[in-house]
Amino acid sequence: MSPTSATEAGSGADRDTATEIAVSTRKISKNFGDVEALNDLSLEFPRGQLTSLLGPSGCGKTTLLKIIAGLLEPTSGDVEVNGRKVTGPGPDRAFVFQDFALLPWASVIRNVAFGLELRGVARSEREAVAEDYIRQVGLASFEKAYPHELSGGMRQRVGLARALAVDAKVLLMDEPFSAVDEQTRRKFQEDLLGLVQDQRKTFIFVTHSIEEAVYVSDQVAILLPRPSRVSEIIRPSSFRGKGIDNIRRDSEYLDIVDEIWASLRRYVE
Amino acid sequence: MMKRSLTLKILSAAILFGAWEIAGHIPVSFAFPTFHESIGALFRMIGDGTMLKAYAETLKPLAAGIAISAFLGIAIGLWVGLSRFFDWLFSPIFIVMQAAPLAALIPLLVLAYGIGLTSKILVVCIMAMPVIVLNTAGAVRNTPDSIKEMGRAYLATDLDIILKIIIPAASPVIFAGLRLGISAGFIGAILAELKITPTGVGDIITYSRSIADYPSMYAAIFSIILLAVLFLNLLERIEAVLFKGNQRGYVSD
Ligand SMILES: Nc1ncnc2c1ncn2[C@@H]1O[C@H](COP(=O)(O)OP(=O)(O)OP(=O)(O)O)[C@@H](O)[C@H]1O
Ligand SMILES: [Mg+2]
Repeated sequence: MSPTSATEAGSGADRDTATEIAVSTRKISKNFGDVEALNDLSLEFPRGQLTSLLGPSGCGKTTLLKIIAGLLEPTSGDVEVNGRKVTGPGPDRAFVFQDFALLPWASVIRNVAFGLELRGVARSEREAVAEDYIRQVGLASFEKAYPHELSGGMRQRVGLARALAVDAKVLLMDEPFSAVDEQTRRKFQEDLLGLVQDQRKTFIFVTHSIEEAVYVSDQVAILLPRPSRVSEIIRPSSFRGKGIDNIRRDSEYLDIVDEIWASLRRYVE
Repeated sequence: MMKRSLTLKILSAAILFGAWEIAGHIPVSFAFPTFHESIGALFRMIGDGTMLKAYAETLKPLAAGIAISAFLGIAIGLWVGLSRFFDWLFSPIFIVMQAAPLAALIPLLVLAYGIGLTSKILVVCIMAMPVIVLNTAGAVRNTPDSIKEMGRAYLATDLDIILKIIIPAASPVIFAGLRLGISAGFIGAILAELKITPTGVGDIITYSRSIADYPSMYAAIFSIILLAVLFLNLLERIEAVLFKGNQRGYVSD
């Protein structure tokens, strides 16, 4: 990881730690036939904070996210979002898919507005909202393009804009920056910190990048390989108040990155 | 782009007709007229109203059969693709229908429904419907799970998922089925007129062959092929207008 080149001014997050729990998963197990993807996983996600899930490929991060979204049923255990048990998808949660899941026959604007379209929002209104988010993810002037005309990173941003457009309280993001270039990625990470700070939304964020997890998260949950459980929860604290620019140079940041790498490296051959 | 493909179409037609003309001159068979003789006969029959009268007859079972096959075929196909039970119930029927030698079935149809329009419509349907049903059902079943799941995550109802996700996703294959089914329907319409009672275009073919007027016979055959090609082109246009983003390939991820 190269030293940071971020120069954008931004004040550090000074979040209060009086935390309520927005999402909690209790003793979740999930089997796919003989494959045990999750085993007895319990984890709490504080409201208004960003929690990253970090773990080796195939350990069940996507599965956990889909269970929280109500797209998959856990084999046992349950999920509560804002105190209510999850029985299916709801308007309080929005999903950014690892494989983007765009409609190939729909233009960028229709894709971004699709969540609102399904909610019955009038066309002019939903397109106005969609245009706004398309601009925010840096795709202005691509509104009329179709997914096959976009690069992988651009498609991923369409999926991101679609999730932001429905204005859900809980955002479930499955490797949302995996396909964007490093510069955009850094900008998005900063934007994400901004979003977490001013919108009081709860973010659950899957990533493979240790640096990214430590950079954006209020807490990082490290998952073990299948069957997955939480092996440790790390809460970076001190460098949050020091300003976005300084995080990557902060010694606590660097220590945490090293510590996580130390505990994950034994799973890599 | 458009211009170029048009030029190519005209070019390939010119090569085909040129080959036909040469083959007619060699001649391949005394019963094989040249292209210009056939076209002459075609214009003569258009001029004296023979064609118009013939198509008024032929189009009845053809249009009815194709319309029924398209609507019913897509509807049944959706149903079969969406429900395991209907798949179990209907798929075998259409697989058998597709495989059955139609010429052998015609006497049975005539026995049951007489020699009228009903039998002819049924022949068109038997030719056209199976591929439409089977293609539609296959396409519906193969809708990527990831976009259906996306629909559910964003609160789509079951109806939304069918109308806004499954049907558009399946449309290229549904249209491919329609194209195949409609071409088969054209064959069915002529077959019915040759095998049940000679009417319309089938009558021109039968009659002109019996009096050895081969140019007229080939003109009739040529006209039905031309009509089929024009109709399939129209269908392609309709598809392009309805499902713009589906053109020029899918996004693999
Ligand atoms: N629909 C399914 N049917 C069968 N097995 C599945 C299914 N979905 C996931 N699995 C299995 O569950 C395990 C966890 O998968 P999951 O997609 O949650 O991993 P992940 O942590 O998101 O991995 P990655 O980081 O590579 O995206 C894998 O071993 C996978 O093979
Ligand atoms: Mg995953």
